[in-house]
Order: sequence, then structure tokens, then C-alpha cells
Amino acid sequence: MKELFILAVVTVFTLLTYYLVEPFAHSQMHKHIESEGFAYKDLPALTKKGDAEHGKELVMGAGACVGCHGIKAEGMPAPMDAVTAAQSYGVNPPDLSTAGAIYEPKFLAALIKNPAHALMVEHKFDESKGQMHPMTSFYGAGGDLDQEIADMVAYLQSIAPKAEEVTPAMAFENACGRCHAIHYEYNLDGELHPSWTQIGEKPVFKKKQDELKFETKVLDYQEALKKYMGTLPPDLSMYIRSRGEHYIKTFVENPQNYLKGTAMPRVGVNAEAAEKIIEHLENVGDSKRHKREEVGKNVMIYIFIFAIFAILWKKEVWRDLH
Amino acid sequence: MKNNSRRGFMGKAFGAVAGVGAVASLYAMKRSWDPLPSVKAAGFTVLDMSAYKENELVTEKWRGKPIFVLKQTAEMVKKAKENPKDIERLIKIGNDYFLVALGLCTHLGCIPGYNPDDKSFLCACHGGLYDFTGEVTKAPPPRGLDIPPFKIDGNKLVLGEEGPEYKKMLETGITLKA
Amino acid sequence: MAHFTKATSLHDWLNQRLAIDTLRRVLATEYWIPKNINFLWAMGMVLAITFAFLLVSGIFLLMYYQPNVDLAFDSVNYTIMQEVGYGWLWRHVHGVAASVVFLIIYIHMFTGIYYGSYKKGREMIWLSGMLLFVAFSAEAFSGYMLPWGQMSYWAGMVITNLFAGGSLHADGLVEWIRGDYVPAQAFLNRFFMLHVLLIPLAIIGLIVLHFGALRIPHVNNQDGEEIDFEAEAAKYKAGDKANSKVIAFVNDFMSKDMMVVGIYLIFFFYLVFYHYDFAMDPVNFDPANGLKTPAHIYPEWYFLWSYEILRPFSTDVGLIAFAFAQVIFFALPFLDRSPNAVPASRRGLFKFWFWAMLIDMIVLTAMGKVPPEGMFSAIGFYAALTFIGLWIALPFITKFEKKV
Repeated sequence: MKELFILAVVTVFTLLTYYLVEPFAHSQMHKHIESEGFAYKDLPALTKKGDAEHGKELVMGAGACVGCHGIKAEGMPAPMDAVTAAQSYGVNPPDLSTAGAIYEPKFLAALIKNPAHALMVEHKFDESKGQMHPMTSFYGAGGDLDQEIADMVAYLQSIAPKAEEVTPAMAFENACGRCHAIHYEYNLDGELHPSWTQIGEKPVFKKKQDELKFETKVLDYQEALKKYMGTLPPDLSMYIRSRGEHYIKTFVENPQNYLKGTAMPRVGVNAEAAEKIIEHLENVGDSKRHKREEVGKNVMIYIFIFAIFAILWKKEVWRDLH
Repeated sequence: MKNNSRRGFMGKAFGAVAGVGAVASLYAMKRSWDPLPSVKAAGFTVLDMSAYKENELVTEKWRGKPIFVLKQTAEMVKKAKENPKDIERLIKIGNDYFLVALGLCTHLGCIPGYNPDDKSFLCACHGGLYDFTGEVTKAPPPRGLDIPPFKIDGNKLVLGEEGPEYKKMLETGITLKA
Repeated sequence: MAHFTKATSLHDWLNQRLAIDTLRRVLATEYWIPKNINFLWAMGMVLAITFAFLLVSGIFLLMYYQPNVDLAFDSVNYTIMQEVGYGWLWRHVHGVAASVVFLIIYIHMFTGIYYGSYKKGREMIWLSGMLLFVAFSAEAFSGYMLPWGQMSYWAGMVITNLFAGGSLHADGLVEWIRGDYVPAQAFLNRFFMLHVLLIPLAIIGLIVLHFGALRIPHVNNQDGEEIDFEAEAAKYKAGDKANSKVIAFVNDFMSKDMMVVGIYLIFFFYLVFYHYDFAMDPVNFDPANGLKTPAHIYPEWYFLWSYEILRPFSTDVGLIAFAFAQVIFFALPFLDRSPNAVPASRRGLFKFWFWAMLIDMIVLTAMGKVPPEGMFSAIGFYAALTFIGLWIALPFITKFEKKV
């Protein structure tokens, strides 16, 4: 009984110390931000039902989307290569083939209408001061503006793959991968995937010249990006361990939450795409998590048995001593 | 219990449980010594066979080891065909024949040098000689140059994968498993 | 030369050459431990097991770690964590054990303080234990440098700057320690050497000394009772185990040790697999960047109390207070003037001193981590003053303690 009391005292002081240096201290260091589930409550809801046919005409025509964006799903490559695009716009505009599956519809609508507002970078792009966002606002093709935007969104959704066809890597590459590199290769289902640079996967080169040429291109892209963003966006290889799921989600949802005035835009991914991005970061930075859980379970079972046998041995030995 | 150092039943049982844990941890230790996945993934080399010139030895690298590639001239092929054991050592891609072999002497692992005039390989370490098909012609090497696992893929040769032609060579004893 | 006869068995062969029977008797079966002890007496074995875990996991980490500023971070976070079979397990075990070992050391220390196990011939046990504490601290700090993350780099920067000695401006000394103007390649290499060779050697030597120091004064017991070990051992050997006040190290004490170890390992492996962030700070998963300090930097939890003694004062006073905190525990056996080597509960004012010290150190630990602002600064300041005050008061309150 006395030993149990001593154990209780030791446990209480240990837990108290733990509570103070971990949950309590961290609550004092970082404000807690609750996720709003990628609902983008500040943006107006889509009220009009879109017509994909008409949307296609707008995207290809009056909307002038394809002047900058490629749509590979429709057989339209990007008008410029990644490096030239970054040198012209600051960052390579995304291919629109998967936009309808990765981004929240009402975000897309808001983006077409007023990019700087939807992306939450109005502090950087103030039209009244002549700071134009590289993506121009869509002012309408003569009809009802909201209806036209709804049509364009409907078109993007109609060409997009189904939600379940979007892989974690696809979601990452489209939403994050034009600014952020991941230099860790990763193994998924027995297949080795190469490192990711802002201009795509890094191929295997046989000749040093080819490798240097590729790296020069990456550096050129990064230089343009750095000029545009103010700083080179970080490599995300270990972000799942350095930031954790909650931080990444609430940060992506609204970067201004943590870094007031950051140049990082709100990218407007939907909740499923956000999950996929997290999964991709886990595949890269915490690839042994399933193994850890499996081994952990077995070790815990074993160690319980070990402890039980140790207790029984002690009882056997000490029977003679009392 | 007379002797206080002797363990009772539970003591032995506990020792056994602890032993199981120790052995299980040996498995994790063994795995930590295994070659890394990136090392294993790099275990394949693809050679473009259209780029080689006749009777000119090119040394490629596969799994850190030298690989001899020697495209045969028509005359060499004719000579090799006289002896079925020789022609079987060569790899036929399209209409061309190649010697593709591990460039390590089967005696003690030195790298033999090729003499294009004699069309033979001489290992300077202990004087072993091989002909242009990699067959040994003078001791001490115990056998011809070993052939790495390969797979023919059109015009290309994938080293590290075992294709049907390689498996046949293993069966007929042309080469040992490298 | 001794006389050797033809061996009758392997056991006999070894016995003639190595005296294994005698060794076993002296070190194990007739090494006497008091019976009147509780589970806190098993902390030595828990520490030995944890040290063994650190050693084994460290060996496997060493096989893939690259002590190079360009490669270190990725060799840990990519090669070891993602590529090496069970590499992640070694790292988690190593990281968690490095943290937990300090929890056990603190429990072990406070057990010693509570039961007065540093007095009456046990001073060398205390002193060698304190040397071990210092060696473990150096080992923990040098190991913390190796992943070369943001926390490694900035901890290296801040801690080495302490050696400038405030107004003394001994910048030359700081550069000498680093081998560079900032923590860089030379720094990483030498701390790698310290971590994997010199300090572990010192630790192993000190462990031997610590065990040796126990031999003559024997282990203390729960009531501070002076036991006639020879008489009690004779009783035990005659078969009257129940009435003897001593037990054999093997199997009696060992079986109890193993029981505690078993329960401890449940806790330990739970942390390794499911709750490791406390020991592997997320900030250290950002690669070292000499041009950007993390928003919050703080040492690992086990250094927080002494760090907090440094923090609330101006540079020079802080450094003196810090130096005081580092060495004062060594002086415990000499500052405690009381002749009583009994549990604190029976020692009048010392009882309050003990609990006040424990709580004050927990307060210092907590305040060392939170941002030094507002109320936290004030609490930290008074807790630091309390710490110093308690040590100054110790000789006085113990001098007037009644003999029990």
C-alpha cells in the first residue's frame, strides 16, 4: 500500500511536469486555430446552376483562360514552358484539367471574379496602387456575370476526374507543387517516386550536362518565384513532422491565420483534396507510419506479457522472503 | 529452495519470455544491415546496344562492378559458331552478337585487359587468358567470365533482370549466377 | 603461478582461470541489499536498461548517420527514418530514451535526497552520481546537435555563447569551442566525436565508479536504519530468509527490479510508438538555417530549470546564478549539516525544504519553456530566487535539526 502511495506521488509530479512543459507551454506559445472544414465562409455561395457547354465557350473564348493555362485533359498544352511562365507571371499558372476536382467550386467562382480577393493577397496586389495580380479579373462576356462564372465552374467540374481518381500526388502537385519542392524521394506500394521540383519530377540523367541543364532550369524558375513571393517557399519534405496535420490544414485553409501579411495565397482546395495533400506529405515525410503502428501494437502486447511474467517471478522469489 | 541462486519455475519462464524479446529485436537489427531500397533500385542498368562499335571494348558499370561489352565482328561470330559452347556465350540482339560479361577475372577478381589485335583478354595479376567470347584459354581462371543477369528488351539490354535467354545460360551451365 | 589441474568441465575450466564462482558470489548471489526498500530502489536498474537501449539504438544510428552539415539532416530524416529497415525504430527509441532517462535520473536523485542517501559514508555515491548527471547532460546536448535541425543549430549557438562569460567577452573561447565563428562543420564533427566516443567512455567509467561507491557503505533503506550486514547475511545463509533484514542481489532484488522494469517498459514503449513528440521536437524537423531563428527556442525539458535560473537576470548575474545551479547539487552532502540519515518526513524543517525544492524546480521547469513575458517572467524570477534562497538556508535549517 505504501508503495502504491509512493507511485501515486511520483506519477502526479511527473504528469504535472509533463502538462506544464507540453500542453500548457505550447498553448501559451501558439494560438489555437480551429479549422472551418474548408468551407470558406467569407466567400459567397454559388447560387446559379452552371451550364458546362456554355462554360466551355467562355473558358476557351471570352474568358481567355487558355491564354495562360493549359488544359491537358482537352488536349491543350500550356502556352509556355514552366520557366518562361514563371518569368512572365511570377509563378507557373496551373493546368486546369483537375481544378474542378481539387478546388472548392465557390472558391473557383470567387477566383475568376477577383483573384486577389479569393487568394487573400489583397495586401500585395492593390489595384488602386497599380499592383495588378497576374491573373486578371473576369468582368463578364456581356451576359449575367454570376451566371457566366457558374458556367465556367461547371465546365471545369465536367472535365475534372472524379474525386476518388485524384491521387495524393496529383492534389499536391497542382495545389502546392508549383511553389514548393519536395526533395525526398518516396516509396509507395513498392514503387520509387523521384524528387519533386517546382517544374516537375526530377528525371534520372545519365549525363552530367543534362542534369546541370535541368538544375539550371529549376534555379531559374526559383529565382522568378523568389522575386514574386519575396522569399523562396520552403521545401515540404519533412513538413508533416515539423508542422503536423492540424497546422498544415489550418494554414492551407487560410495562411493569414498564422502569418499575417504572408505572400502565400489561399489556394482554395476542397476538404477531400486537403486530406490528400496531407496523405502525400505523410507518404513522403512519415512513410513508415503504418509499420510503426503495426510494430507498436506487437511490442505493446509483448511487453505486457513480459511485465506479467516479471511480476510472477518476483512473487515466486519473494514468497520465501516475507 | 536450498540454493538461493537457483531459479524457480517462474524465473525460468521469465527468462524465456525475455529471450523471445531479445531474439525478436535481432530481427530488426538484421533488417537494419540490409542494403537500402535505393541501393536495390539502382541495381538495374539499361544499355542501348545500338551504340557499340565492332571489336571495341566498352566497360559499363552495373551494381558497382565493371561490365565488358564487346560487339563481335562477322569474322569473330563465324569463328565462335565453330564451337557451340562459344556461340552460346554471346547475346544476340537483332542481327548482332555481343559479349556482355562481368569484367572480373574468375580467378581472384582482377580486371583483365582487352587486346583488340589478339582478340583476347589478359589478366595481368596471374596471367589468365580469355578469348573474345570470354571463355578461358589459359589457367589459372577456373571458368570463363561470368555473365550478369540480363533481359533483352528490343534494342536494349536490362542488366539486373533475368530474361529467358539468361535463364537458359544458367541451365546449360554457360555461366554461374553472378 | 597458480596451480592448474585438468578441468572436469567447461565451468571448472573457466573457474580455474577467471574465478567465475567467486565473481558470481561477490557480485550477485552474496551481494546484500536491505529488504526494507520500495520500488524507487529499482531506478538504478531502470537507468541501466535505458542506457543499454541508448547504446544499442545508437550503434544502429551510427551506421547511417553522416556528420556533415550538408548531409546530416537528410541522413537522419531520410536515410534513417525512411530507408533503413527499422531505422525509424532506432531513432524513436534513441530520442525517447534520451528524454526519459532524465526523468528517471531526477526520480533517482530526489529519492536519494528524500532518504538521505548521500550521508554517512555515502558521499561518494552522491558525487559519482552527480558526475554521471553532468556527463549525461553533455551527452544529451551533443546528441541534440547531430540531426542538424533548427533546434540543434540554435541550441548550439546559444549554449556555446554562454562560454563568452557575459561581460568577460571571451569570444575567443567560444570560437575555440566551435572551431568556427558560428556552429558549422568543425563544430558538428567535434560534437559528433564527443557524443559517440569520449562522453560515452566517461559515462561507462563513471557507472563503474558509481557501482563501486555502493560497495562499502551499502545501499540505504527506507527507514535509514543501520544494518549489520554480516550478521543479517549469516541469518539469510542459514536459511532464515524471512527474518533476515537483507536479501541477495540475485535473484531476490533482481526479481523486484525486473518487475519494476517490466512496468516501466510498458510506459517507455507507449511513448516510443504513440507519443514521441515531447522528446523529438517538431521544430527540429526543419533543417538548420543560420539566417533564421525559430519563433520560440527552448532547451529540452530536463534543462529547463537551470535555463530558467539564467533567464530572469541581467547577463552577468544570470550567468553566475546559472553556474551556481549547475554545481550546487554537488555540495549537498556538505551543506546538509544534520547527523540524521533518515527519510525527510522525520527530519523537521528539512521535510519542508525537500518539498519546496521539488516544487520550485517544477515551477522553474515550466517557466523555462513558456515565453518570458508578463506574469511568467515574474514567477520565473521569484522561483529562481527561491532556488538560491533554499540552498543558502539549507546549512542553517539542518544544523539545528534534532537528532533522531
